[in-house]
Amino acid sequence: MRQSLSDMAFMDFPGAGPLWLSFRLAAVTTALLLCFGAPFAWWLAQTKSRAKVLIEAVVALPIVLPPTVLGFYLLVVLGPYGAIGRWWVEITGESLTFSFSGLVIASCIYSLPFAVQSMQHAFEALDRRNLEAAWTLGASRSDAFFTVAMPQSVRGFLNAIVLSFAHTLGEFGVVLMVGGNIPGETRVISITIFDQVESMNYANAYRLSAILLLFAFFALLFMFAMNRRWQNR
Amino acid sequence: MLPGIASTNAATVTVAVASNFSAAMHDIVERFAADTGHTVRVSFASTGQLFVQIRNGAPFDAFLAADAARPQLLEQSGQSIAGSRFTYAIGRLVLWSRDAALAGGNCRSRLYSLGTGRLAIANPDTAPYGAAARDYLVAAGLWSRVKSQLVIGENIAQTMQFVASGNASLGFIAKAQSLDARLPEAVCSWTVPDGLHQPIQQQAILLKRAIDDLVAAEFFKFLHGAVVRDIVARHGYALPE
Repeated sequence: MRQSLSDMAFMDFPGAGPLWLSFRLAAVTTALLLCFGAPFAWWLAQTKSRAKVLIEAVVALPIVLPPTVLGFYLLVVLGPYGAIGRWWVEITGESLTFSFSGLVIASCIYSLPFAVQSMQHAFEALDRRNLEAAWTLGASRSDAFFTVAMPQSVRGFLNAIVLSFAHTLGEFGVVLMVGGNIPGETRVISITIFDQVESMNYANAYRLSAILLLFAFFALLFMFAMNRRWQNR
Repeated sequence: MLPGIASTNAATVTVAVASNFSAAMHDIVERFAADTGHTVRVSFASTGQLFVQIRNGAPFDAFLAADAARPQLLEQSGQSIAGSRFTYAIGRLVLWSRDAALAGGNCRSRLYSLGTGRLAIANPDTAPYGAAARDYLVAAGLWSRVKSQLVIGENIAQTMQFVASGNASLGFIAKAQSLDARLPEAVCSWTVPDGLHQPIQQQAILLKRAIDDLVAAEFFKFLHGAVVRDIVARHGYALPE
C-alpha cells in the first residue's frame, strides 16, 4: 500500500509541530543574541569602567535564578497591565504574554549569559597588539573589529551560537509560566513532553526526549571538537 | 515512628488534592489539626498529574480528585482501599473576567466577541475542569471558533492565575476559586448551568499505602462528617445526596 507524505508517521506525531516551533524560537533568539550581544560583549571586554563587575553580575543572573522567578517577573511586566505589555498592546493590539514574540523576549533574557560570556571571553583573549597595530595603520574602530577581532574570535562566536541555541531549546520553566501552551505559538517541545508524560503517553515522551537528548549531545560534541581544533592550531 | 503507636501520637497524613479544592482543603486541614492534633501534608496539582504520580508510586495516603474517572481507575487496578471511594463535592464551572474592556456585557456573550483576547481553560486532558470547559464549548458550538484563542493552564490554579492577572481576558475556572477573597474584583462572572457539561463529580479515595494507618482512616472519616460538608458547601460546591 502506498502512503502519501502526510500519512507518514512523523507528520501525525504530536511532537512534530512543537519541535519545529522550538527550533524556530531557538534560531530567532540566537540570531538576536548575536546581533545585540556581540557589541555588548565587546564593550564589556574593553571597558575599564568600575561598573563592569556590576554588569557582569546582572548578565549572569539567569544562570542562577530559578526560571520561575524570571517567569513571574515576565508575566507581570509583559502582561497587559505591565509596563512593557501595555505599551505592546497599544502598538500591536495583541498581548505579549502567550505569544511567540513574548517567548523570544523571555528566551533572549534566559540565554543572554551563554551568548555574552562566550563572546566576551573570546574578545578578552585577543592579542591587543594586533588591534593596536590595526589602529596605527589607520583602521577605524569598527574596521578593526570586523577584520581583526572577529576572525580571531570564531571560537567564541561558535560557543555562543551552540550554547544559546541548545539552552533555548531546553527552556521549560519560563515558558510554562508565560507561554499558555498554545499550539504553533507557544507549545514548545519541553512543554509537549511534560504534557505527554502527564497524560501517560510514555511512548511519545520517550521518542521526543530521545530526540532532544541526541541533539543536545551532538551539539556539545560538535562544540568541544571545534574548540579542540582551534586550540591545536 | 512505630506503626502501632501512630494513632496515639500526633502523626502526619499525606494527601494529593486537585488544585480547585485548595481553599477548602486549607480550611479542612486547619480544622482537622485543631480537633485531633494530627498534621495533614497536602500536594496540589491537576487530577491527571496527581494520578500519574500515584501510579508511579508517589507516597500519598489519600487522593481528592476533581473527577470520578481517575479514582475509579485506581480502584480497578487495586491501588486503593476497597470501598473507600466516595463523592465529597460536586464542582461548578464559572466563566470569569476582570478585563475592563468587557465591562457592560455579560461574560457569556463575550465568548462570541473575544476579539484579540485570550480565553483560558485548564488542560482538558489532565484537568477535569478543563474537560468540562471543553464540553461546554463544544456543546455551545463555540469550540472551533475560540480554539485559536485558547491558553491552556497546567491545572485550574494556573488557569485562574492567567485570568486573575489579566493576561487572559476570559477564563473558565472553578466556582470555588471565583469566591476567593484574594481575587481582584470581577468585571463579569457566569456560572455555567449544570446541564451544559458533564457533572464534575469530585471523588476521594484512600490509597493502598494507608492500609494500616489509623490516622489516615480517621482523616477520611472526618471528610465524611458534617464539619467538612459545611466547609465544602461554603466554598461554592454542591453536596452529594
